[in-house]
Amino acid sequence: MSRCGAGVRSRADPALDTLVIQALNGLASASSLFLVASGLTVIFGVSRIVNFAHGSFYMLGAYLAWTLVSHGPLAGLGGFWGFWGGILLAALAIGLIGALAEMTILRRIYRAPELFQLLATFALVLVVQDLVLLFWGPDDKFGPRAPLLRGAVEILGLRFPRYELFLIAIGPVMLGLLWLLFHRTRFGILLRAATQDREMVAALGVDQRLLFTGVFFLGSALAGLGGALQLPREAVTIHMDMAIIVQVFVVVVVGGLGSLPGAFLAALLISELHAFGILAFPRITLVLVFLVMAVVLVLRPHGLLGREPEGAPPASEAGQPLPGPAPRWLRGLGWAALALLLALPPFLGEYPLILLADFAALVLFAASLHFIMGPGGMASFGHAAYFGAGAYAAALLARHLAAPMEAGLIAAPFFAGLVGLAFGWFCVRLSGVYSAMLTLAFAQIAWSLAFQWIEVTGGDNGILGVWPSEWARGRLAFWYLSLALCGLGVWLLRRAIHAPFGMALRAQRDSPLRAEAIGIDAFRIRWLAFALAAAAAGVAGSLFAYGKGSVFPSSLDIPRSVDALLMVLLGGVQTLSGPVLGAIAYAGLQEQLARLTDLWRLVLGLVILALVLFFPSGLAGALQRRRGA
Amino acid sequence: MLRVEGLHAHYGRAHILHGVSLALAKGEVLCLLGRNGAGKSTTMKAIMGLVPPSAGAVLLDERELAGQPPHAIARLGLGYVPEERRIFAGLTVSENLEVGRRPPRAGLQPWSADRIFALFPALATMRQRAASRMSGGEQQMLAIARTLMGNPTLLLLDEPSEGLAPVVVERMAVAVAKLKAEGLSILLSEQNLGFAAAVADQAVVLESGSVRHTGPMAELMRDAELRAKFLSV
Repeated sequence: MSRCGAGVRSRADPALDTLVIQALNGLASASSLFLVASGLTVIFGVSRIVNFAHGSFYMLGAYLAWTLVSHGPLAGLGGFWGFWGGILLAALAIGLIGALAEMTILRRIYRAPELFQLLATFALVLVVQDLVLLFWGPDDKFGPRAPLLRGAVEILGLRFPRYELFLIAIGPVMLGLLWLLFHRTRFGILLRAATQDREMVAALGVDQRLLFTGVFFLGSALAGLGGALQLPREAVTIHMDMAIIVQVFVVVVVGGLGSLPGAFLAALLISELHAFGILAFPRITLVLVFLVMAVVLVLRPHGLLGREPEGAPPASEAGQPLPGPAPRWLRGLGWAALALLLALPPFLGEYPLILLADFAALVLFAASLHFIMGPGGMASFGHAAYFGAGAYAAALLARHLAAPMEAGLIAAPFFAGLVGLAFGWFCVRLSGVYSAMLTLAFAQIAWSLAFQWIEVTGGDNGILGVWPSEWARGRLAFWYLSLALCGLGVWLLRRAIHAPFGMALRAQRDSPLRAEAIGIDAFRIRWLAFALAAAAAGVAGSLFAYGKGSVFPSSLDIPRSVDALLMVLLGGVQTLSGPVLGAIAYAGLQEQLARLTDLWRLVLGLVILALVLFFPSGLAGALQRRRGA
Repeated sequence: MLRVEGLHAHYGRAHILHGVSLALAKGEVLCLLGRNGAGKSTTMKAIMGLVPPSAGAVLLDERELAGQPPHAIARLGLGYVPEERRIFAGLTVSENLEVGRRPPRAGLQPWSADRIFALFPALATMRQRAASRMSGGEQQMLAIARTLMGNPTLLLLDEPSEGLAPVVVERMAVAVAKLKAEGLSILLSEQNLGFAAAVADQAVVLESGSVRHTGPMAELMRDAELRAKFLSV
């Protein structure tokens, strides 16, 4: 993890001093993690936005600091001022960028549903990724050592880097400073008041816009500082954003959203767990971290020091009744599209057929997530776990038992469904952001297994040779197979939504208490729906695997989960045709952009931002509104 | 001082206020009366901008308030004390007052923590107490005190006696009377007729979001028939 981490051994009693050094390493990491996590938790406390882009601000902070320290005008100063001036300037600049993002984008969507805000911040992630590539290129950057803090001190006969000691100190110092800010300054007191009741703060004459912009400045500056301070420790890379954001999510959720002391405690817990986990179970450290998170959330659903939101939960968006039967023209269009999908492919080339089969799998994947998000009212940030479970079920059968495709296709939904039953049992107990974070944690556990359990899964090299049976090997035959299975899957999910089961599902979404009062077992309904969606995602995953002929851990990583979220949100959560439209629009856009430009993330991010700002009810929702108008 | 003309307001698609009009002179206490759901709270929220009025005018010293955001309306001199009190439970008494503090207003004696504690002596003994650990009456005092810290020229008091013990209601009436004596204009909403009669000059009776009666409070108290028609349950 860190370039100058573990000390250099020089003397006896290996067990004890190794442990001490590991504990110190853990403390240093905890400080860095806390800096970033404190920013995220402060922003969430006031704005209720889970800012995915927080990791991007951390990465930008590191890059900016690198430039300022080694190439900017400050670098000419050299030495103390060149380095520390650069670090501070980078943090301030990131604060300004965060404030700018709040003023131009996030301010417009505070009233939008949570997931839309998430979508917007994820669009920022994409934009920043490409901008960083554009400005700094793909190569890793190495910063200088910190002036005054070069070299090491001797602890128990082991050399321990001075800079790490400095980091150990900075965590508690920052916690103290933040405490003073929140309890001894007017700005801090206003922020705490706004965390509880924004509207009342406004009625007392406080301009909330300044508060929100201020809190984004503060939070982003903390992320930037966290990133900048990594400069002497590790290389600056374009993967820093995703690596940190997942850890920070874990810290913030384990500590309790909005709680600074909680974030500090959780950062300590997670970092020490990591430091000692490497000694004890080097292969499953990642699993360990997420397992701890799952246990904490099951025992304390609002985190270690988090409190249940006071008063009644904010009036939820009144769940809309399902739209009535589609108008004749829409049904006509649907049948026409289906006819086209059946009749046209024989005249298509190989590449379009591959694309079509991919799209079919993605449509089913999106529909399965929509099933729990729309009618179920549960957000999942980790739906890729079940897509991947299906894909790996097929691949593992093929690799270890040489099973044919038919067996894989049958096994996939059962395996993914079982995984869904297991994970879902935990996830559906919680609600809102906590539930979403738990799904993310479980997805990361699944990903870590696929990534680290090399003997079985092949690790990063994946599993190759997952081919369809002889009869389906032709692209055309495989397309018809995909169309049939995905069409069947989507149709079954729709049937379930309209069945009594689906009504119970929507009833518990709109009012869990009233649903319970009329005899609906909300937990069982949610649990079953979760498993059903997992099984459907598993079918999609296995088809995807057979289409590609291989499976990699990326089939269950976070970007894959986010893909599903984006497809559903783009389509519109409260419509039935949404996931279908959304999947095709998103996958098509991504594919086209990737072919047209190297900057596809940038363009995609901007398109998503535009959609979020101008079509907050998704594509299908926009169509519906036009029809209604 | 405050003139409301033909005020309409909606919650989503539900039409709540149907053209409410009222006028409040400087230094006066005007009481909104009516049964639950008559539109008293909504009138207050619409004046404050918390429920944006869909039509009509709200004029403070001939200055249009309708359409402005709540924080701007508060800065122009309206102080709102909500029915649910909505004190900041995680903050101490002193911190709650700090949130409400605004710069002094020309021509008004500015409110300070000391002046607040003279009005509500009970609060003086619990400056560092978390607001979540206060009784209902103490919370109501704090809610009023917090709003006073903004040096309002007009106070919107939404059902200050609701849910309080009779002895506390009495103390609240004394405090409101004191504020009135100091020249503060107050728009009050009440279900407790005794409380209203003790402090109000004018009465406006609402029913189903419309004004049914406007007149001096004393007249309403004399006319049992009128009271029975609009206010008895």
